[in-house]
Amino acid sequence: MERKGGGIMSLAIQIAFRFMKSNKGQTILIIIGISIGVAIQIFIGLLIQSLQSSLIDTTIGNSPHVSIKSTSEDGVIRDGDTILSELERMNLSLTALTSAADFGGFIRKGNSRANVVVRGLSFPSANAIYGIQEAIYEGTMPSGENEVLIGKELQKDLNIQLGERLQIFVLGGLIPQAREIRVSGFFDLKVSSLNRSWIVTNQSTAQALYGFGQGITSIDIQIQAVFEADAVAASVEEAVGREGLRIENWKDQNEQLLSGLNGQTISSLFIQVFVIISVCLGIASVLIVSVLQKSKQIGILKAMGLTDKQTSLVFLSQGFFLGIFGAIVGVGLGLFLSFSFVLFAKNPDGSAVVPFFINYGFIALSGVIAVSASTIAALLPARRSSKLSPVEVIRNG
Amino acid sequence: MDEKSNRKVLILEKINKFYGTETPIQVLFDVDLAFEEGSFNSLIGQSGSGKTTLLNIIGTLDRPSSGSLTINGKKTETLNNKGLATLRNEELGFIFQFHYLLPEYTARENVLIPWRIRHTRVPNEVEQRADELMDLVGLAKVKNNLASKMSGGQQQRTAIARALINEPSIILADEPTGNLDSDTTQVVYQLLREINERLKTTFLIVTHDRRVAERTDRVVEIRDGRVVLDIAQNPKGQNPKGQNPKGQNPKGQNPKG
Repeated sequence: MERKGGGIMSLAIQIAFRFMKSNKGQTILIIIGISIGVAIQIFIGLLIQSLQSSLIDTTIGNSPHVSIKSTSEDGVIRDGDTILSELERMNLSLTALTSAADFGGFIRKGNSRANVVVRGLSFPSANAIYGIQEAIYEGTMPSGENEVLIGKELQKDLNIQLGERLQIFVLGGLIPQAREIRVSGFFDLKVSSLNRSWIVTNQSTAQALYGFGQGITSIDIQIQAVFEADAVAASVEEAVGREGLRIENWKDQNEQLLSGLNGQTISSLFIQVFVIISVCLGIASVLIVSVLQKSKQIGILKAMGLTDKQTSLVFLSQGFFLGIFGAIVGVGLGLFLSFSFVLFAKNPDGSAVVPFFINYGFIALSGVIAVSASTIAALLPARRSSKLSPVEVIRNG
Repeated sequence: MDEKSNRKVLILEKINKFYGTETPIQVLFDVDLAFEEGSFNSLIGQSGSGKTTLLNIIGTLDRPSSGSLTINGKKTETLNNKGLATLRNEELGFIFQFHYLLPEYTARENVLIPWRIRHTRVPNEVEQRADELMDLVGLAKVKNNLASKMSGGQQQRTAIARALINEPSIILADEPTGNLDSDTTQVVYQLLREINERLKTTFLIVTHDRRVAERTDRVVEIRDGRVVLDIAQNPKGQNPKGQNPKGQNPKGQNPKG
């Protein structure tokens, strides 16, 4: 008796396939329906995900996700090394942990004057956040004392040459102090406001220029899971928080962006859910019609001893296999749509409007959802078929 | 015929059947019948007499409102739907007026379906039996044609082979020749008779065709839900010994036949 389970499966599934094959037009239509649903789900899902991650990337890709700052008047953290080593011990999944000693000032050349922010970064760890090294298009990283990097826009505005010596006026005391710096290279961070205002140098140079001593002005963290910034900030607070320190995270500082993203995610989810529902309704109605069309066959099969369960299985497996075929075609179609979008939706400079991230997990999930939804949609037709009485069918034959 | 045992393969006791709930209509009244193993019987009656209802109850496609039905020693009242499905698969073969083959399958595949309903594999002996049955019904040459591509007579003969594949103890045939021309009717009737004699399968044939009924061993007539005539006759079946079953023709009074 145990072995017969397989037989029950195989005959029901075979009948399902024969039924689908005998109604080729219907089968193809329903597979197209499922495919379009899956394709739309994948396309919309990937589009929104890509939009969001590119938006987040531009917003916070080159900035700290969590920062520790001083609340003291001079903004200086004097025990930076202790905090850094404390954070290192915490074993957070960080992509970058670095410190900065920043101050404001201006530089003058001839009659021109430019306000600047001197960023005393700690290399190489700062590079993971800001990507300065990769952004240098002329010259080298600052190595000697008082060597600095200057941004592309500032270079143009003041017509600065490589190796040129400049006067920088350090704001802080009552009177701006003039110091001399030497330009070792130029960077382009692709953000003109940064290119115009940042002067990047070694932490030691910045400390010496301003007179921080060993002090720093911020400790900066980048993390892998960017959306956990608030949680990471909280655990940082717990570990090193004290009077005089302020812990910031990007989420608190970008609430509007986040609520915008949230709204986008929810509306995209809504679209996907309704697409799935309409696909399910389509499958259910086609299969219910199919139960009616095949009622004579079902009746005779039951008369010959096909159980109600086996009969349901005929229609459930139709739903399942239609879902599988639909998902396969739909994934292909969805990827095709996505790639064509990347190919045709381009900015004037030739770059993609939305750089697409192909999230294979999401695609697989869409496929699984399509198959399960199709099978669930087949429940009602399956129930109907199992309730068909052979007497009714045969009498009305 | 002389080898026939007296074992009752089918026993009906006080079978009653009502239709409807608010004002129930009684279609069968205390039907008591028993059929011997290997016998060749016909069930006749006007349309609306209750003969099809009775056949459906005997075939366990419908349950009686009261009474008891025993098939090959198995009481059917105690079985659930699944148990009845198994019983039908193993003990009963159905032949209907509209043969109801699965048009999606070939003739030979149709014949094997009753076996495959309860078994994973089709062993060689069953494959062979299918071929023999196709031979027996004279369809060896067209057995791999799709059912939908065959003539009415061929389809009905395929349905007969299908009814036999599980070697059931009883074949229930509802107007098996009702849809066929008279030449084909002869062929099919001969075939049923031959199977009965060769395989000792019990037959119960519902028919309104007197020529068919006259050639069975026993004729049971139902009128208004009651057995009004039950006669054994000459196996060669030329002339019924008893009263002419069609002697009286009262109009069917019940909506269901």
